Amino acid sequence: MEDTKSLLQIKGIRDGLLVSIDDAPWEQQRSALLTQVDSQPAFFDGARLALDVATQALRVDDLAELRDQLSERGIFLWAVISESPTTEKTAQLLGLATRISKPRPDEARQFSVADLGEESALFLNRTLRSGTRIEFPGHVVVLGDVNPGAEILAEGSVIIWGRLRGMVHAGVKGNAASAICALDLSATQLRIAGEAMTVLESKENPQPEMARIHQDGKIYAELWSAK
Amino acid sequence: MPAKVITLTSGKGGVGKTTATANLAVALAAEKSKVVCIDGDIGLRNLDVILGLENRIVYDLVDVVEGRCRLKQAMIRDKKLPDLYLIPAAQTRDKNAISASDMMRVVKDLRSDFDFVLIDSPAGIERGFRNAIAAADRVLVVTNPEVSAVRDADRVIGILESEEKGPASLILNRLNPALVKSKDMLSPEDVLDLLAVELIGIVPEDENVVIASNRGAPVAYDAKSRAGQAFRNIAKRLKGETVPFLDLESQGSLWERIQRLAGRK
Repeated sequence: MEDTKSLLQIKGIRDGLLVSIDDAPWEQQRSALLTQVDSQPAFFDGARLALDVATQALRVDDLAELRDQLSERGIFLWAVISESPTTEKTAQLLGLATRISKPRPDEARQFSVADLGEESALFLNRTLRSGTRIEFPGHVVVLGDVNPGAEILAEGSVIIWGRLRGMVHAGVKGNAASAICALDLSATQLRIAGEAMTVLESKENPQPEMARIHQDGKIYAELWSAK
Repeated sequence: MPAKVITLTSGKGGVGKTTATANLAVALAAEKSKVVCIDGDIGLRNLDVILGLENRIVYDLVDVVEGRCRLKQAMIRDKKLPDLYLIPAAQTRDKNAISASDMMRVVKDLRSDFDFVLIDSPAGIERGFRNAIAAADRVLVVTNPEVSAVRDADRVIGILESEEKGPASLILNRLNPALVKSKDMLSPEDVLDLLAVELIGIVPEDENVVIASNRGAPVAYDAKSRAGQAFRNIAKRLKGETVPFLDLESQGSLWERIQRLAGRK
């Protein structure tokens, strides 16, 4: 068997430990990590771990199993970083972070959107089904529907190119200038900053609408039309 | 010829998963397919009652998994259809008595001897559900035209997508055309609009279903029952046949369309 340690690099970061694993079959990566952990239990006990799996495509079963195995060893897996969209989606489904606060090590410094005076947004090219919860510290754009039972919590605005029938909270940290837009705004409840608005009638012929907080401090939804 | 493994699931309880499993099993076996159904609802055993096989149970799925009997010993042959078998659930144990890999192993052993393996999933999205979908080649999601049932179906479909279980197919059970017409019930269009999956059958509400289930002779035996016809049509679609479907664009009321589908008009 190969020397499994060579697959791993461990670094201390502000939020705990960052473990980067070289490309290899998942079983090898997983056993390398667990072997390392088991060889230094005192070092890893109680650690907050972020895992960089490079291009590895992981499914829910894979990640959930690893998370459980780490948790048995007193390690909290909070983030999984990957270049694979499959893995990113999996991590999101399991409620794991997919980026850490510092830029990825040994990566050339890039302009962040904040440098350009803009804010960042999360783009979701799918329908959010019941049970899905999206939390994001910026704007959220969905190309698809938001079904009843799905939730979006964004620090900025939320734009749905589809039907909105789930729960959306824009400006969760108090940004009252946030807006919620949808092609069909049929949510039972909308929240912007500290305000809530209930019961939007389901419409026969839905038209695009935008909801925001008006001067009286209440949320209103208004029809949007291309001028 | 390896079997097709089909799991019926729903999220919400009481929408008719077990009834649908029993009826599809009967309809497939009546069309000369070799069928085995597995009751995945460990601890809340029902499928045997609906198939009328309760008094023949000696061994169950947990006995197989724990090595107390051979697989063949736990397979109960149907009273009427020689090609239909049932592997019952244990009534005195719970979901934790078996694992997903146990289920895969049992199904693997059945594949070579049957055309269809039908697995009846328990309600919920926990371990019993995970076990039931683990071995599935295809998943049928059963729902009713009710807001709560549809929301749970949506959740289940989302989980199936993230588990890469392939696109689910939908059975819309217990549709009451009169209520749809008076706008007191979700229409098939409403349900499909939300769930965005393939529809494999609409089963109309039919009191014969309850009567038949209580007698232990699924309604699919009943040539006159509309629900029975709907289940027979779904069985044909599972075998790859194209059966004329509800043409949602056609003239006439939904009631008439379903009657036409049921071949009574």
